[in-house]
Amino acid sequence: MAGSTETPTVGQPLWLLAELTYQCPLHCVFCYNPTQHARINDEMSTAQWVDVMQQARKLGAAQLGFSGGEPLLRDDLEELVQEAHRLGYYTNLITSGVGLTPTRAQKLKDAGLDHVQLSFQDSTKELNDFLSHTKTFDLKQRVARLIKQHDWPMVMNCVLHRHNLPHVGKIIEMAVALEAEYLELANTQYYGWAWINRDHLMPTREELQEAEAVVNRFRAEQEGKTGPRTRVLFVVPDYFEERPKACMNGWGSVFLSIAPDGLAMPCHNARDLPGLQLPNVKDTSIAEIWQRSNAFNAFRGDSWMKAPCRTCDERHKDFGGCRCQAFLITGDATEADPVCSKSPHHEKVVQLVKQAPTRRSIPIVFRSDAESRLLHAEPNA
Amino acid sequence: MTAALSERPKLSRRFRLQYEEAQSRWVLLYPEGMVQLNHSAAEILQRCDGERSLPEIVAELEQAFNAQDLAPQVQSLLEEGQRRGWID
Repeated sequence: MAGSTETPTVGQPLWLLAELTYQCPLHCVFCYNPTQHARINDEMSTAQWVDVMQQARKLGAAQLGFSGGEPLLRDDLEELVQEAHRLGYYTNLITSGVGLTPTRAQKLKDAGLDHVQLSFQDSTKELNDFLSHTKTFDLKQRVARLIKQHDWPMVMNCVLHRHNLPHVGKIIEMAVALEAEYLELANTQYYGWAWINRDHLMPTREELQEAEAVVNRFRAEQEGKTGPRTRVLFVVPDYFEERPKACMNGWGSVFLSIAPDGLAMPCHNARDLPGLQLPNVKDTSIAEIWQRSNAFNAFRGDSWMKAPCRTCDERHKDFGGCRCQAFLITGDATEADPVCSKSPHHEKVVQLVKQAPTRRSIPIVFRSDAESRLLHAEPNA
Repeated sequence: MTAALSERPKLSRRFRLQYEEAQSRWVLLYPEGMVQLNHSAAEILQRCDGERSLPEIVAELEQAFNAQDLAPQVQSLLEEGQRRGWID
């Protein structure tokens, strides 16, 4: 019924993402961290993180991802994993591999770490090292073997874009050779640094279709095979879709992200949304944040929706899509995700894809502290 | 194509079966995922320890729940579990 609203029911924050630090030894051009990361310095202490994990576990959190930045840059990571394990979390280390020495791997195993997600940038050394602006390809191979030696299930994650989409077959071969249980082929979504570099990363529809065909062929070959195998997830890029993703499975529905400075967010990109007044775990309890904060209630349910979402019969399926994407492209976070062909702004997405090849004279920007400060110059600084 | 069920089904070490107080139910945890189990699935999977045989699991469940002819239900859950990688 047009204009009808429902009182949103508040579920449980089943997924906790602990972004321990925004610091990272890599400089990936598609990083989704906020581009102002260099201005966010006041990282939480070990005791504050332990408190966060205890509170969230009581509220139902079961999956816990340690992420960043590079979480291995925190020397209290082992301590945090141990506490998480004691609390009954299923723990995941989301890492570039830099800093995962044999000694630390053993300590993390002893602490009870459940699995590791290792990022690769490409199947070739040249492109991996170029895109991350580091010499890390060989190191990642060594780390992958270390992960298997410790009997962790390994998720290999590779962010896809026009430079490595033609290598998807090789990337799959590499994942199989390294005995990854899961390969996540995540097409670039355009937030943070990836938004700045979108023209350089944007593939054509044909490039995407070819890569997807390679993935489907591999899946067909795997069908019916017994023994260990690599499951491939292919995350399609929003800009090439006609309907938006069910972002975060709905705002404030199951996902809780805590930034290095204690900012609590319903999505790890929400920092950039204007007017949200995001709460901070340093001064507010997680129960209060999850259940009663304005920020977590801002896009729950459907009463915030405008046309066309408001009356759309798919609104409880995709929840209007991604709020951050709506804001980045339309300037208004309450708009329908413009990825949706029903959005009056959909043509903007079409143009972003179409114009990308003509805008590649703009320099590519590697993520770094210096670039971050340039992009977010403080007045009077 | 489905491979034959193991004589003594065993929960894969890649999955963790755990009771979640906050949800009042058993779940299977695995990399980046969680399966929320119904009561009967949880009862079956708790007995998949690689020691009990399929008929033993069925007999135990029939006794515990004072029920009969549970074999088809157990068989079908285990087949699904195997397809989804829960069962070795």
